[in-house]
Amino acid sequence: MSATEISAPFEQAKPMRRPWQRDLAGVLIIGVAAVAGYFLFPDNLALLTRIIAIMLLVLSLDLVTGYCGVATLGHAALFGAGAYAAGIAAVTFGITEPLSMVAIGAIAGAVAGLVSGVVILRGHGLAQLVLSIAVIHLFHEAANKASTYTGGSDGLSGIAPDPVFGLFAFDLWGRTAYVFGIGLLILVFVLLRILVRSPFGTLCRGIRQDPIRVSAMGASVKASLIKMYVISGAVAGVGGALNAVSTQVVGLDSLSFTNSAEALVMLVLGGAGSLYGALVGTIVFMWFEHVVSAANPFHWLTIVGALLIAVVLFAPKGLYGTAVTLMKRFIGSRQ
Amino acid sequence: MSAIFEVERLKKSFGGLDVTKDVSLSMAKGDRIALIGPNGAGKTTFVNLVTGHLQPNSGRVLMDGEDISKFNPMRRVKAGLVRSFQVTRLFSEMTPEEHVALAILQREGKSGRLAGNFHAMPQVMREMGSILETLNLGTLATVPVGEIAYGQQRLLEIALAMALRPKVLLLDEPAAGVPHSDTFLIENALAQLPDDLAVLMIEHDMDLVFRFAKRVVVLAAGEIIFDGSPRAVTDDARVREAYLGSYAHASSAA
Repeated sequence: MSATEISAPFEQAKPMRRPWQRDLAGVLIIGVAAVAGYFLFPDNLALLTRIIAIMLLVLSLDLVTGYCGVATLGHAALFGAGAYAAGIAAVTFGITEPLSMVAIGAIAGAVAGLVSGVVILRGHGLAQLVLSIAVIHLFHEAANKASTYTGGSDGLSGIAPDPVFGLFAFDLWGRTAYVFGIGLLILVFVLLRILVRSPFGTLCRGIRQDPIRVSAMGASVKASLIKMYVISGAVAGVGGALNAVSTQVVGLDSLSFTNSAEALVMLVLGGAGSLYGALVGTIVFMWFEHVVSAANPFHWLTIVGALLIAVVLFAPKGLYGTAVTLMKRFIGSRQ
Repeated sequence: MSAIFEVERLKKSFGGLDVTKDVSLSMAKGDRIALIGPNGAGKTTFVNLVTGHLQPNSGRVLMDGEDISKFNPMRRVKAGLVRSFQVTRLFSEMTPEEHVALAILQREGKSGRLAGNFHAMPQVMREMGSILETLNLGTLATVPVGEIAYGQQRLLEIALAMALRPKVLLLDEPAAGVPHSDTFLIENALAQLPDDLAVLMIEHDMDLVFRFAKRVVVLAAGEIIFDGSPRAVTDDARVREAYLGSYAHASSAA
């Protein structure tokens, strides 16, 4: 058709630098927050590192739930697979180089993502949710029974990672683990920003909004979702491996339903469908949990519950999503 | 025989109800066909059978002589058979720009790419820009679809179909839900479709049908009862009976 040869003033009108500048700003914010955390809470680095690991889990969940619209309560299966794979690699096979452990965790997470994706995507809606719960219970039970490798309910201990790059040993205060975690988080964050802007990212957002339209364009909804599940698994696996490397133990709780459900709560709290939302939700939830449980060990769960109800009722887009909406309204009213 | 698209003896029944009875149809390049019929005649079922969303009990569908009856809906789209929807199906949070770019990328097999962005692909941007300009959607390119008017959403449906560069396009009531005063916008959009594209349009708006179609096919109770020129269709006794029942005779007597 001849119409395609007319060149419209579109290409030059589009500012191409803006998204990269925004990503750079995102990386800078993470960096500044990381430095602030390091100096403000030097005694809590282990908690901060744990938060980073869970952030990776919540980012991974955001890919399938926030971007693709798949409801799942079994996402910790991917995180736990990464944690156990990295732990078993170190304890049983003597692979104690930390970056190799993370790579093994990512691969194991991707495989777990493939397996659970194939199972969970058989169903829709409620059936999908129930299948995801079944998946997490099966993973949990498999890890429990395979105690030769996993240590069963005692947990897998004796993980002794080598120094990072052969230079920075993992210390008692968790400084190395923290910096290692921040490095992984920034790397994953940048890769995911590229991913969600890519053609595949756009396709997945389309699938969440109308899968029938996507198939009428000739794209396979299922194949795309499984591909995203594999990517998501790799991200969660990195989180699991980070947890194994930093705490040097892996427990069955990493493969638990509770861990899955909490990840979903954090995502909803921060705002699904945005990488920043996933990060904000994790920090707020885990920090709140930490502070409130120390202040009132008896009623802290009640307070967490009240916070959640408040967010879901009054800020249904999550903390980050609502903040963005308010900002836009503010800027709009000034113009 | 230059038929690009053929349907051979398609049959479909739900339980004891025959919804599609032995329907055969062929289209050549550049055809402009209107498929009309009273409510419940099986028009949308016909589209669903042809596009692979429903499995027929028997019959074949051929594209360019190739039997695509066993293809799933996605492969049929890749073979060049594209449909639009009676009720708009779009991504409400995405912009017209993203919609059309995604369709172009999908057509070129690039929609699975994990890096890069369509803004940095000059040929995609150029084609997207020209499609949106052709359909007068240029000024709305970056507005989320949920915020644009329904008539413009209908135009975007046509834009998506154009971006997929089909060989055969099935339009399921492109003017449905559009105020009569705005139908001309849809009509102008349809006039922009490439000349060699074969188009089959289901439509109830008879003004649009008579202006658009070179050939009219009438489906009633699952059967094709008329296939001919727009001029002849109004005089056909069976068509009048299908639409008006026994009143057909009363009116012709009057």
